[in-house]
Amino acid sequence: MTTAGPGDSPALELRGIHKRFGEVAALTDAGLVVRHGTVHAVLGENGAGKSTLMRVAIGLAAPDAGIVSVFGSATPRLSVRTASRAGLGMVHQHLSLAESLTAPENVALGGAGLYRSRQVVERLRAVADSSGLDVPLNIPVRELTLAQRQRLEILKALAADARVLILDEPTAVLAPTEVRDLLSWVRSFAARGGSVVLVTHKLREALSVADDITVLRRGRVTFAGPATGATESSLAGAIFPGAVATSAVAIGVPGEEVVVAERVSVADDRGTVRVRDASFVVRRHEIVGIAAVDGAGHHELMAALGALKRPASGELRLPQRVVVVPADRHRDGLILSMSLAENVALRGVGAARGRIAWGRVRERARALIQRFGIVAASEQAGAGTLSGGNQQRLVVAAALEQPVDLIVADNPTRGLDLRATAFVHEQLREAAASGAAVVVHSSDVDEVLELATRVLVVFHGTVSEAGLDRDRIGTLMLGAA
Amino acid sequence: MTVSRWGLLGVAVLALLSVLFAALWWLSPTHDASTVVAAFWHGSLGTTSAFFSGTLVRAIPLALLGAGLCVAFRAGVFNIGGEGQLMIGAVAATFVGLGHSLGPLHVVIALVAGAAGGAAWAAIAAELRRRFGVLEVISTIMLNFIAASLVAYLVRGPLQEPTGVYPQTELVEVPARLVRLLPDFRLHAGIFIAVIVCAAAWWFLRETAAGFRVRAVGASPSAAAIIGRVDVPRVTFGALVASGALAGLAGGVEVTGVTYALYENISPGYGFSAIAVAILAGLRPAFVPLSALLFATLETGALGMQRDAGIPSVVASALEAVVILATLVIGAGFLRRTALPASTAP
Repeated sequence: MTTAGPGDSPALELRGIHKRFGEVAALTDAGLVVRHGTVHAVLGENGAGKSTLMRVAIGLAAPDAGIVSVFGSATPRLSVRTASRAGLGMVHQHLSLAESLTAPENVALGGAGLYRSRQVVERLRAVADSSGLDVPLNIPVRELTLAQRQRLEILKALAADARVLILDEPTAVLAPTEVRDLLSWVRSFAARGGSVVLVTHKLREALSVADDITVLRRGRVTFAGPATGATESSLAGAIFPGAVATSAVAIGVPGEEVVVAERVSVADDRGTVRVRDASFVVRRHEIVGIAAVDGAGHHELMAALGALKRPASGELRLPQRVVVVPADRHRDGLILSMSLAENVALRGVGAARGRIAWGRVRERARALIQRFGIVAASEQAGAGTLSGGNQQRLVVAAALEQPVDLIVADNPTRGLDLRATAFVHEQLREAAASGAAVVVHSSDVDEVLELATRVLVVFHGTVSEAGLDRDRIGTLMLGAA
Repeated sequence: MTVSRWGLLGVAVLALLSVLFAALWWLSPTHDASTVVAAFWHGSLGTTSAFFSGTLVRAIPLALLGAGLCVAFRAGVFNIGGEGQLMIGAVAATFVGLGHSLGPLHVVIALVAGAAGGAAWAAIAAELRRRFGVLEVISTIMLNFIAASLVAYLVRGPLQEPTGVYPQTELVEVPARLVRLLPDFRLHAGIFIAVIVCAAAWWFLRETAAGFRVRAVGASPSAAAIIGRVDVPRVTFGALVASGALAGLAGGVEVTGVTYALYENISPGYGFSAIAVAILAGLRPAFVPLSALLFATLETGALGMQRDAGIPSVVASALEAVVILATLVIGAGFLRRTALPASTAP
């Protein structure tokens, strides 16, 4: 741990922050003290106020009361511009890069005056060298991997002389090795005197990398102190009013084969074969985890299993009733402008005929709201008015309303807090217990291991059995075995 | 939903703009304000003949086209080719109307032919979209020009009236005409067709599985495909063809109910006005008749101002263009509200 010298003021300090949105108190007397040269993790459920606090820090939201100081100087009216000038930089969870532009062009976008390409490139190269972040500079952003894009966002902040970096859920989209790389970079940045605020859901991540931890619950600080004084269970206690029980439903012995793949190849939308000669089976009462790094071909495999894409060759036998829980619930899982009832009606409406009995649909929606504990004003409320966790509950509820033979779930807990994640895991286990076959992919290998009864690894289009051995899975994912 | 609020706001803005334009002419030394307003009033709603022979008659094709565009726009298909589809519908209806007498059903068959003609014309754009990904916004506009040229050729060539003097066809005769509802006025039975079509479109979108598919595809094609397992290209194809059929029906109704013949300028821009009609109605067919009546009033009133107060036709069409633009701006706000942002961070 790098210690701050005596008399040093904190790199970033927020004190007594109050913020209301209408009737809702988003932050009540919240605060955060980030010391020089440290990594500070901010933990909390969805809606606990993490994002709002960060938006206040960065000048995107004005607090109703409270003080924000950067390097000891209080900034009464912080704006995005003054925050950036003071040395604050933020990398948002949803990256904001122009896909058709190159890295230097993206960096120059925030500037003023003339664009001198050579200067920007030199500046970027210098920052990249000194920070140890490597990003290809002369190809469009759309050709970069997610990890590279994230590094570019950090470079962008550093090129603007950021000395305090706020990273919002940076590991959500990364593969395990990439997570390791990022976190060790974060440590080295702090060792060189920078400060990092790491907003995350993951307790383990916070404990392994942070010097200090602040936990928010319903807009209040429920824990603040050094990471050495915290344990997973003490942090979980601070995040939730009650502890989350992680019950393991007995899901039974594998039954008949419902998915049989024989030498199956799947191409992407451009016709490039992304999965080659895959042969495997999935049985009832099984949860098969798919582990893979970005771009390995597992998206195409999942699409084929979800009956959304025909294999280019080979034989893929799928059961009658297949449901998909897509990775992007906003785009693919729900219609946000429609009501809960309409979203319930959406399931399988492609094969429906004649009229829709809306009275019955509304009844079904009410029953699902009850059964799955969805917090909504009514079944007529717009799906867009629900919180992220409740939206995913709705997706899962509608998928599992009727008995199914196969569930294909792609990152079903992305962006969810621990409670909603536990709910989704519970539902998948129960579906398997009642005889469905479940195929689930998560970018988080720990989640795959937690859920799966068996793991398939996809690497560069090749599908192989990996059992449940973490090391074997890791090496297979990197193609080392 | 926010639709009715936007609809109301729209009407308010339209009224305001009309008044503003009237005020412009108050200030003008050569025109007397009361004459201008009176001309607008007498031309649109103020006299029985203007209302029953002009405004209502004009509202009929606007309502038919508008109902179809509601379906297309709800499916996310931007059919800008109502004009061309109407013309081809008029050609088909004229062709059948001038053919061998088919007895009392002659007019019905002529109207069906009109709908089929419009559907076929829209199907060209639909097929171009499905097979080659050609944007229907572009293809339907281009097909408007082709349709107009086709009509111009037909009325000077194969379908020209026998004396060969006028660039128009012969008149269709009685079994192929829609009955007039009132003595001395031009209002015809097409108004029932328009109201029934609007009601049917409303019912279709609200109650049927196919109508729900249309709405789902328009709101989120990917969710419709993945969760609903909807054949998205098929739905967009169907929506475009259906709106083409209603445009063609409008063309058939014009020929069998109003003009009784085909000629070049059979449509005074109905296909474009109908876009504003649909948007002002909030893409809800139930509001289309009212919205169509409003635009018909504006148009006949503007014609009245031109005729009786000498307001140049340029001004009349500028007035209309401003109203359409205002509706589109309001409509853009409305569309943004229904199509929620694709991602709002959790």
